[in-house]
Amino acid sequence: MYRYDDYDQHMVDTRVEEFRDQARRRIEGSLTEDQFKPLRLMNGLYLQLHAYMLRVAIPYGTLNSRQMTALGDIADRYDRGYGHFTTRQNIQYNWIKLEDAADILSDLSQVEMHAIQTSGNCIRNISSDHFAGAAHDEIVDPRPYAELLRQWSSFHPEFTYLPRKFKIAVIASEKDRAAMRLHDIGIRILRGENGDLGARFYVGGGMGRTPMIAPMIRDFVPLDQLVTYAEACLRVYNRHGRRDNKYKARIKILVHELGAEEYTRQVEEEFAHLLEVGVEPPFAELERIRGFFTDPPFEDGPRTVDRSDPDFALWVDRNTHRHKHDSYVSAVISLKPVGGIPGDATGEQMRILAKLAKRFSFDEARVTHTQNVVLPHVRIADLHDLWTELDAADLAAPNLDTIEDIIACPGLDYCSLANARSIPLAQRISRRFDASGKTRRLGELKLKISGCINACGHHHAGHIGILGVDRKGVENYQLSLGGSEAEDVSLAKITGPGFTEDGVIEAVDKVTDVYLEHRTGEERFIDTYRRVGMGVFKEALYD
Amino acid sequence: MKILTGNDLKTGAVVWWNGENWSAHVDDAVDVGEHGEEIMAREEALRRVNVPYIISAERTADGVRPAHIKDRVRALGPTVRPDLTLKPRDAQSLDWVI
Repeated sequence: MYRYDDYDQHMVDTRVEEFRDQARRRIEGSLTEDQFKPLRLMNGLYLQLHAYMLRVAIPYGTLNSRQMTALGDIADRYDRGYGHFTTRQNIQYNWIKLEDAADILSDLSQVEMHAIQTSGNCIRNISSDHFAGAAHDEIVDPRPYAELLRQWSSFHPEFTYLPRKFKIAVIASEKDRAAMRLHDIGIRILRGENGDLGARFYVGGGMGRTPMIAPMIRDFVPLDQLVTYAEACLRVYNRHGRRDNKYKARIKILVHELGAEEYTRQVEEEFAHLLEVGVEPPFAELERIRGFFTDPPFEDGPRTVDRSDPDFALWVDRNTHRHKHDSYVSAVISLKPVGGIPGDATGEQMRILAKLAKRFSFDEARVTHTQNVVLPHVRIADLHDLWTELDAADLAAPNLDTIEDIIACPGLDYCSLANARSIPLAQRISRRFDASGKTRRLGELKLKISGCINACGHHHAGHIGILGVDRKGVENYQLSLGGSEAEDVSLAKITGPGFTEDGVIEAVDKVTDVYLEHRTGEERFIDTYRRVGMGVFKEALYD
Repeated sequence: MKILTGNDLKTGAVVWWNGENWSAHVDDAVDVGEHGEEIMAREEALRRVNVPYIISAERTADGVRPAHIKDRVRALGPTVRPDLTLKPRDAQSLDWVI
């Protein structure tokens, strides 16, 4: 994985000391909150419902054990013993003191991490496939390209004050495990007709109050023009994005209002101009970055496991993913125990994950946008030992991609923007389906819950989505069906009038009953929904 | 009644105006009547509170109850972590919030 050079380290260290001075001046009173707020946000420090919240970037979700250990230590030393892994491969701490914030940033800097550009109208953490570098179906490891874009976008002077925040995802397989087309820019690395690698650009996707699927605007950009094309996309947005209305300021609105064709025309014009100017970093820099993402020394070994323990066999079937080397798998560690808080991990659990990453996965872990953790390179021969350790730490829930593997934003329990609570719904639904034994019969079913229209819980992209709203001071929940964030991307449609908290849980149960009644063979929920349509579900919910 | 809430500048903790100072307990909140803006301006200038605002509340037999659920969650703590709320082990605390 990428390691900071002296320049990177100096840049982050300097920023820590700059922020230390800013925080001191705020506490002493020479900065007002209006002056300080944009400065703290540039360093990922929000003021949330209960306290300051610090959002730490995990670039393309990749961590080593030293970094994961540091995250656990920060949870214990400065917070209340836990952290929350988010839907954009970040971690958030909910109970931070302003007087500690610079020390935390300093601790992060020691392990080559930071919280820069995790807030504000700038290019945020670049996200990617959590199986990058390990997946059997990828063309190439997408992370060097994500890292190149990370370096390009960090402190980019032209893009520090964009009309609105900007999110980029990079993948390199046909399978989309990063919700790529629901980003401001989605990039898929692929091979062109002559076998050369290039990048396909999708621009103008997003969730929030106006969900949109990004249209493709360029089929193939040669890799030695990747940054230049991204710069052209950003320049057109920066020039014409709506700064007069926060709710119309995202690039998706610009692309929609201009039309994809006209936006593309302007990008191509800017691209031609930038090619003449020469903004692309030297190809040698990409080669240097690639050098950090070479394969670990894989060894041949057993390709099967002893399935005599049914609990272990279930976990293997549910929570492992095929690796590009036949003797390895990627193991997904669910942070969704029955009745648990999706994405939360204690400091101790993080340190355990760090040790397991070191012992079983070449010192590497990944954070997923689905709020789980991946050990990307686990020898099949080691799987039982790994599972035994996970089970002892309450980290072996065999529920990946099931109705219990719920994405949920922090909701009204933590977030000042939220209108309703998300987490209690996730807890109750997972308990209910676990108790009924229905989860396994349902198979793949992605349930996503947001506590407000900003959609951090990705409800638009859930096979079943739930949106919490405020109805005259009372929590109410809209149900939607048919979303997908994968390569078969689609936006969910609202079923009808909303429900109470109890009502929406009943409604989810009814929806799954309708699915079981209508599905054929092993058909997934989303495929049954697409085949039979909304009608039968609405009938069951409202008649 | 109108009460004042905000966050402690250094710790970020939720606080409530008790007539003389800022308390962590919503039950200490007092009715500020028409003086909310004046108190907020003074206290913010003294850096004794950060981002204060006025909310509606009512005094009930159980104490001061903010009108909006968001402020009740602020007053108590996350409903999903009873171990972190101000009223731990209070079986009724969730009912109070919701």
